[in-house]
Amino acid sequence: MKVELRDPNTIMKLSRLGSFHQSKLSFLRSFLSEFKDWDYKRDLFNLDQKGFGEAVYSFKKKDRVYSLVCFANEIKDEERSDRVIATKWDAAFTLYDGFPSSNDIKRLKDEVPKQEVGRLSFKELTLSRANKSVRVFNHVVESLSEGNQPDLDLLLKVGYLYRTTAVYGSGKFGLADRFRIKNREEINGPFRLEMMLVYLVRQFTFDQVNHVAHYKNSKKAVKLDKQICKNLGIGNSTGLGMAPFIVNHPTLLNNWILSRETALKEIREIKIVKIEDSELFIDCVKKSLKNITSWNTDSEYQQIKIKSLLKDVEKFINYIENNFDFKIEHPFNEIYLWLEKNSCEECIEYIVSIMMEPYNNIIEPLVANMSSDEDKYFNIPTNRTTQELRDIIKTRYSSILKINFDQKENHQNFWFISKNKEEPRLADRFEEHGSELEQPLAIARDVKKLYEKLLSEKNDLTIAQFLSSNSELRHVVRRAFIIEKFPYSEIQDNTISKSIIPIDMLRLKLSFFGALKFDPRSDKWLRICMFQGAPLPSELKNFDEQWVYKTIN
Amino acid sequence: MRSLSEIETAVKRASRAVGFSWGISEEIGKSIRQLELFGLQGIKNLNQYYKEKTTKKFENLNLISEKNVAPLEAYCPIILGISFLDQIKSVENFKKIKFKKIAYPILFLSFLSRASEISGKKIHVRFDQNEILLNLNVNIFSSFLNQDFPEFANEIEIKFVNNQDNFTEVEWNSLYKLAENTFVEESESLKQSAAGAGLTDND
Repeated sequence: MKVELRDPNTIMKLSRLGSFHQSKLSFLRSFLSEFKDWDYKRDLFNLDQKGFGEAVYSFKKKDRVYSLVCFANEIKDEERSDRVIATKWDAAFTLYDGFPSSNDIKRLKDEVPKQEVGRLSFKELTLSRANKSVRVFNHVVESLSEGNQPDLDLLLKVGYLYRTTAVYGSGKFGLADRFRIKNREEINGPFRLEMMLVYLVRQFTFDQVNHVAHYKNSKKAVKLDKQICKNLGIGNSTGLGMAPFIVNHPTLLNNWILSRETALKEIREIKIVKIEDSELFIDCVKKSLKNITSWNTDSEYQQIKIKSLLKDVEKFINYIENNFDFKIEHPFNEIYLWLEKNSCEECIEYIVSIMMEPYNNIIEPLVANMSSDEDKYFNIPTNRTTQELRDIIKTRYSSILKINFDQKENHQNFWFISKNKEEPRLADRFEEHGSELEQPLAIARDVKKLYEKLLSEKNDLTIAQFLSSNSELRHVVRRAFIIEKFPYSEIQDNTISKSIIPIDMLRLKLSFFGALKFDPRSDKWLRICMFQGAPLPSELKNFDEQWVYKTIN
Repeated sequence: MRSLSEIETAVKRASRAVGFSWGISEEIGKSIRQLELFGLQGIKNLNQYYKEKTTKKFENLNLISEKNVAPLEAYCPIILGISFLDQIKSVENFKKIKFKKIAYPILFLSFLSRASEISGKKIHVRFDQNEILLNLNVNIFSSFLNQDFPEFANEIEIKFVNNQDNFTEVEWNSLYKLAENTFVEESESLKQSAAGAGLTDND
């Protein structure tokens, strides 16, 4: 039986993309698989009694070494802010290519804590900073120093000791350009070095909390229990900075979604499912309920989504246990069709993610296809004709062409770069100034403009001739020729409408990172947790691949 | 040191700010990034050009022919470069292409370099007393490494170099003869068991 890939017109809608969940394809999970047989080491731990100073952690295999260099600083409570406008953080980090010399550490000590206003070199690969969850960190220090383990209920509510507020890579602030390292096999997956940084930061937070507790009361202090450590991750506050990324990297977006869609298609096509595979799938679905019930958020929007997810997953478990037989042919196809009929978008994508769990043979080759050599598709094929371009738009952007951009609510917002922080922002074009400096992120509107322009052109006009008098549409002409080859490269929705929920764009990207427990703090930023439940570095050589569904929390 | 990614982003935004469309600004970002990668002074020249552009009205050439003469001011190297890229399938059929008066020719070169990659042919450029070879966007061969590039070219001549060997048949044979010294003469019995041996091709 052949199953078709799902229609981009359905999957690439923002509400669907904003319902995606982590899966075996997620970057933090593929990072752990890739680096599980590397040698992990804490090379330097030079903190004072209060936990301030430097530390270095590394992964090494043969001649290749990646080192996380950490700088923990004392800051006042009133200086602590997760916002991008902050200038001081509890800790700052960089991932260094190799093992840093004492001179390197000295240089980095001057630059890394400054973050965006510091300068890095091609030897540094990623850059980040993080703030303590002061409430949790202090509680853990107090408990450990008194010889007790911390209150698990408090840990459950937060899920981490530190929260990163940005992770930068790919040439930002002088960091190494991607092209310098792109041929390294171990990082042939998107954001792998960013994942490494966050993973090692997590270990630093455990070491630091143990260290501070020890010096607070060296006679009584105990270490944080390993199982508790394992159930703590690293938090992250994410704002709109992430949203334009998925618009600005169309072939990369396509490769992420296409990998997910191909995985689903191949799983639906499996004729006979082995008992151990169906058992693993059901086990993961059931155990994952804890992830839903421990998902805390004050956001009413997300609470409604969680409630309907929980209700639908329970309904699904009831269906699987009482009305379904895995011995039928193509059982996962049956399951998928049932989900489409009986579940909300959030639940459909949740179960789709879990379907991948038994199938390393399907997933591993797809992980290798999730990067993109974007420059290869940059040039516009200018010898083609306007008729061909029109046909591409008609086929690939059919739902976008139905949007009426003359209506105010359909072009209510605009994207711009803020002058003070050089970060993307979204604003109401009728209330705020600056729409004349709009970023090219209103793809739906501009594609429609292009289509309308093409309707009045001769069919045999070449694209070169068309562009000579329509240069303002060049950016969308390029995209149309990209989507011709990459059907999942474009969000099939209006990114400037009055009703846009920008966190849907963030969630799409964060789900591919492998984030859990999306906690929207408004429609423009959210908090998440990464690596919660993940093996500790000392356990990497042999760990349970389904750890994500088996946290104590 | 600025990374190439920073250079591309800053150039794209600056180009938009001086009035180019986003699509063209993207092209300029890519081109200047490439010049800087090759060790040529892209940022410096683009900066100077954008300053001069505020007071002069450079000519736009949208359709390239074999002979192109700017009527008043010099040609804008960016619009010229974009036109060259877009019309590559037709201009590569010309034997020679001549331009009179181009401002900041190094900026034009960055687009020619990309055109060389698209057409799959090297491009030879001669202007005033200078010669430059654009090699499939892999490198730019010139004597201008880290040197000031002229701000103006009075006459530029462009030729697509046909794909051909850079050596004579005699030179090749001489080298190949040396390479043959790594080969081993096969024995008769080995020849009998090699792939395809013992079968008729009509099987």
